[in-house]
Amino acid sequence: MALNILIGGAAGQGIDTTAAILEQLLKHAGYYVYATRDFMSRVRGGHNFILIRFGPDRITSHSDRIDCLVALNEESVQLHASQLADKGFILCDSSIPTDDSRAIHIEMTNTAKDLGNPRVFGSVAIGALLRLLSLDLVHIAETLKRHVPSSALDLNITAAEQGYDMVAPRLSEPAGDYRHYLTVSGNQALALGALASDVRFYAAYPMSPSTGIMEFLAEHGKDCDIVVEQAEDEIAAINMALGASFTGVRAMTGTSGGGFCLMVEALGLSGIAEIPLVVCDVQRPGPGTGLPTRTEQSDLRFVISAAQGEFPRMVIALRDQQDAYEQTIRAFRLAERYRIPVIILSDQYLADTTSTVEPFMLTKSAAEREANDNQDLADTTPKTSAFDNGYRNYQLTEDGITPRVYPGHPNYFAAADSDEHDELGHITESPEVRHQMMNKRMRKLDKLKTELQEPRLIGSPKCKTLLLGWGSLMGPLEEAIALLEKDHPGQVSALVFGDIFPLPVGQLQALAPQAKRLVHVEQNATGQLASLIRESTGISCHSGILKYDGRQLSGEEIVSRLKGEIIHE
Amino acid sequence: MSEKSSDKSTTNNDISTATFETFETAWCPGCGDHIILTCLKRALTELGKNPHDVLIVAGIGQAAKTPQYISANAFCGLHGRALPAAVAAKIANEDLTVVVNSGDGDSYGEGGNHFIHNIRRNVDIAHFVHDNQIYGLTKGQASPTSQTGHVTGVQVNGNINIPLNPMLLALAMGAGFVARGFTGDPEQLVALMKQAILFKGYALLDILQPCVSFNKINTFTDYKSRVTPLPDNYDRSDLNLALKTAQIFDDKIPTGILYSVEKPTYHAQQAALADGKSLVKRPFKLSAVKNVMEKLV
Ligand SMILES: Cc1ncc(C[n+]2csc(CCOP(=O)(O)OP(=O)(O)O)c2C)c(N)n1
Ligand code: SF4
Ligand SMILES: [Mg+2]
Repeated sequence: MALNILIGGAAGQGIDTTAAILEQLLKHAGYYVYATRDFMSRVRGGHNFILIRFGPDRITSHSDRIDCLVALNEESVQLHASQLADKGFILCDSSIPTDDSRAIHIEMTNTAKDLGNPRVFGSVAIGALLRLLSLDLVHIAETLKRHVPSSALDLNITAAEQGYDMVAPRLSEPAGDYRHYLTVSGNQALALGALASDVRFYAAYPMSPSTGIMEFLAEHGKDCDIVVEQAEDEIAAINMALGASFTGVRAMTGTSGGGFCLMVEALGLSGIAEIPLVVCDVQRPGPGTGLPTRTEQSDLRFVISAAQGEFPRMVIALRDQQDAYEQTIRAFRLAERYRIPVIILSDQYLADTTSTVEPFMLTKSAAEREANDNQDLADTTPKTSAFDNGYRNYQLTEDGITPRVYPGHPNYFAAADSDEHDELGHITESPEVRHQMMNKRMRKLDKLKTELQEPRLIGSPKCKTLLLGWGSLMGPLEEAIALLEKDHPGQVSALVFGDIFPLPVGQLQALAPQAKRLVHVEQNATGQLASLIRESTGISCHSGILKYDGRQLSGEEIVSRLKGEIIHE
Repeated sequence: MSEKSSDKSTTNNDISTATFETFETAWCPGCGDHIILTCLKRALTELGKNPHDVLIVAGIGQAAKTPQYISANAFCGLHGRALPAAVAAKIANEDLTVVVNSGDGDSYGEGGNHFIHNIRRNVDIAHFVHDNQIYGLTKGQASPTSQTGHVTGVQVNGNINIPLNPMLLALAMGAGFVARGFTGDPEQLVALMKQAILFKGYALLDILQPCVSFNKINTFTDYKSRVTPLPDNYDRSDLNLALKTAQIFDDKIPTGILYSVEKPTYHAQQAALADGKSLVKRPFKLSAVKNVMEKLV
């Protein structure tokens, strides 16, 4: 079981802060908390809301059915009252006109005014909500401390206390034991993974929904020895990341689809010059400017083929916060091991969703360099046998992987070349060398393919209907399977891809023949995963559940669409 | 080692290489690029630089082949994108001497946005623009600095665009070091290169470089008759004088250092670089990352 709070209001009303405080308080109370954000691309006005779902057990999806509607304006009542459960309530200011019998009017604005600061009305609401949820005020001071300026702390505490006294308990939910877990968004988890990987340089140009990564790294740049550079454009950002990576530091850039468009030529530079690179594309709906603050999974076909020519690359789709952390670490490793670009595909839903997660594993090993890339600039003794006869930047090797040296090495020169080159990095147009170098680079994929991670199977391998999804739909699919278990036990399972290019096909090929129906579930209009699967395996899906209105499918929505389309056939 | 070796490999692998070697080039005989390469080698040698601590960065073009022809660390990136790679390399490893050698098209056209914004960044690199007022590698189209009226295979009725004035633009953007040289005066060119490299901050050196194959207007003789070295008593710290001097590009082209005033560099101002140790040489800070994670509990 879980309860669901919706906080709705206009941009500029501070619902983000109110939600962040509530999330923290709920986690302190022991709950598992899962909060999704629905924001318009504007700074004032419009309608924004945040859904905070909490309960004693793990939660992996948002839900559109709500128990508590905290309406900071009239519009929020009008738009969301229909989603309210019968036992639910609307908490709003006394000035908001509504004859809904579930409405609880309290003096938010006037109380705040009387306290001398109209901006503390959010704290009045928080206090009241805690009481309505049968919770106490034990953690209010330490939580508010993190979110409001110290000069306004006492006032906010008083506001919360007054709000608390205005109402009586209504709902109660058993708590779990998640007090010591983290509260992180997908963007933060990704940035944490980069920090754990010893990233030293991050260049980017602001673009929703990727900017949070840059902001998080910048906040900790000084303490963690990271330079975060806001580039003049995305072309600069990726070329900067390559320049930094060339010198031997771990470097990264991040953007959304539009910025990725500008980066593609340099993606190929990483490929031919064999400079390790991690690029993150936090997807939003396109084309063009699209829906800047909303979600979609429509860049898959683009990023797997972006840039002219052919070169090895890897694309990893992030499925949840845990994945965001771990796969970012793995992305740095693989980029370095194979000297290739690794693209991390996230999306707005994951990027902006905060979830309770177990503290991430943090050890020195994530920061350790790959064997082919491990060197001390002051150390003159060659580390690998590849150096025995002198160093060659692009030496032809059996697996295609050549050890790197960094500029400043006392014995050897580092060379990067975007022209086709020989083993020394010297420009060449020899057909033989071209052939050798193309083969060398593409050969790296053979070894990379042995390291691919198979998709996660949710449910029984012996299912009638197998759902195929990728990335951030994992959570909603997990909830959908759990919901379906009740009425259709063992009938529906899901396979959710994280590694997506090259596509790991083993598990799919094993399961597909047994399933009666294959249904792809994707946040795009054309079924990009389905087409990639068809191309890689010859396996075709029977139907698809697609959504491309900028809003993520919930577990419940997947179930209802699945029932409509398939189960009742 | 001979002055020109046809095989870069012999020196590229030579552990004892402590001098700057050059390799057989693919430039036309008589091209100004040869002089620039020779002067670059001389400047670096006279400054006592160890080739292993030097990184030459270029985009794509004839000028941008320079890193291919000198024994030093080399980054031949994309057309127009030399500057972002170069500044980031310097940010990551400030012990490197980073020099960009690239064309006028590469630096001011395709890379124009990076030119503008890296002046603002003021990372300590030297930027040598081989300015032949033409696109050489693509066989003779107008570049941003091509003079008005210049007829090419594309500008068939003559170039109608106002030429870009790199000196004036750099000064207007607040560049600390703005200079112009000419391949016809190698002594001056070596001196300018050395000062640009020594300058703390972004240093622009625009080098008039005749393209014998595709620019039949701005020839060696043409430049020779126009270049006028700045007088010894020229005040390099006078911005107004520099702005005035930068506007002269007619029968006279002033050469020398138009402006040289150091300002706080990127490294001096970037908090994460404050302790002065190269990023690439710093150990991983596990405890700092732990702190970050703990704040999220
Ligand atoms: C993205 C891209 N666009 C166009 C080109 C083709 N191109 C290569 S070099 C060049 C112009 C070179 O002119 P300049 O930078 O002045 O160098 P020069 O050859 O004159 O030394 C062009 C247009 C390219 N390589 N990449
Ligand atoms: S084409 Fe022009 S710039 Fe290129 S090498 Fe020949 S003379 Fe020099
Ligand atoms: Mg040119």
